[in-house]
Amino acid sequence: MANLRDIRRRIKSVKNTAQITKAMQLVAASKMKKAQDQAMSGRPYADLLNKVLVNLKEQTSEEDHPLLKERDGEKELVIVVTTDKGLCGPLNTNLLRLVSSQENVSTEAVFVTVGRKGSQALSRMKRELLADFAVKDPVAFLETKQISEFAIEKFLSGEYDRVKVAFTNFINTISQEATVETLLPIRPIDLGRDSDFVGVGKDPGPLDVNPGPEYGGYLFEPSAGSVLDSIVPQYVNYQLYQMILESRASEHSARMVAMKAATDNAQQMIKDLTLEYNKQRQAAITAELLEITTAMKALE
Amino acid sequence: MQLDIVTPEKKAFSDEIDSVVVPGIEGELGILKSHAPLVTTLAPGELRYLKDGEEHSLAIGTGVVEISNDRVSVLTDMALDDSEIDESAVEKALARAQDSMKEISTPEEVAAVQVSIQKSLAQLHIKRRRRRL
Repeated sequence: MANLRDIRRRIKSVKNTAQITKAMQLVAASKMKKAQDQAMSGRPYADLLNKVLVNLKEQTSEEDHPLLKERDGEKELVIVVTTDKGLCGPLNTNLLRLVSSQENVSTEAVFVTVGRKGSQALSRMKRELLADFAVKDPVAFLETKQISEFAIEKFLSGEYDRVKVAFTNFINTISQEATVETLLPIRPIDLGRDSDFVGVGKDPGPLDVNPGPEYGGYLFEPSAGSVLDSIVPQYVNYQLYQMILESRASEHSARMVAMKAATDNAQQMIKDLTLEYNKQRQAAITAELLEITTAMKALE
Repeated sequence: MQLDIVTPEKKAFSDEIDSVVVPGIEGELGILKSHAPLVTTLAPGELRYLKDGEEHSLAIGTGVVEISNDRVSVLTDMALDDSEIDESAVEKALARAQDSMKEISTPEEVAAVQVSIQKSLAQLHIKRRRRRL
């Protein structure tokens, strides 16, 4: 049985831990809010992009575009978006389990990682890593653009026939879902539509796709085809940016929940230990009193 | 006439303006009130707009401009005004890009680096002109 001093020391250290986890919880909560706001503020861009794409679709034969063309090959490039830091519950484990299951990702797939946890885990699993990108917090579009441009280049050169992204979809603060989505080739039907995975940046209202000019169509300069050529990569860039934002929001909310649980556990532990401490203190006092009374009795 | 400039990160600009000149892929494109509906690709460069007789400018990246119903919407990956441009950082980026230009050979890489050089130049251009005034 631990003595009084040991218990006192343990209470103190648990209190310190609780303070730290509480602080981390609050930090994660504010970062999550920021990630959500960031996803929301990309909304006008998405609306406008979709509007232009919808209008373009009518005027071009989009099947011809190389980024939209389905290919028969089996070579896969998988972008795995994980966190840099741990302490965020089962987030990375769930994602990596999904990645290593064969129904989603072929065994010969080559990986590109975003986030340190993913690159560590995948190299432990002896999977082939092609590149590792770091994305700071908050997510900068120009950083994620490098990743998507890298993917586009690999896809167009014919090295890979499909590009998939494994990321964590933000559903709400307490639930996040590991997801694998195909980034390239784009299904033409998806162009100009809201993606299924949009969680953080979801607009409460329906997507604003007004038909553009009141009468007549747009003029495209130099031609509809060339505008499509330049806008489709932007669409891909934006998709990946959104996926990474989803992951970020998931990370922070998972960390917030994990830290909340840790704080609660620590509080419970402090309570238990304090009870134990008081019991022992009481026992010690009783024992002391007993000793004095027995001594007095013996003297009589 | 309404001008909106949006990037994936934020709505960079949204206001009533008198006229705007955007750097189109085929040269500068001036847009006045009641312009015909048009969509065109942008090259990285300088966007100038006129509001209450005063000219303002922004450095913008690659993207698309859409004009309809007396509304100009610029869709771009970068939009910076004078105060947001860090001159020394841009100069470094420019030097880095120009260095890497010597080493690379494939046309795609050259094109990519050229875009980043253009972006840097656009930023510097705005910063320096502002100082002369």
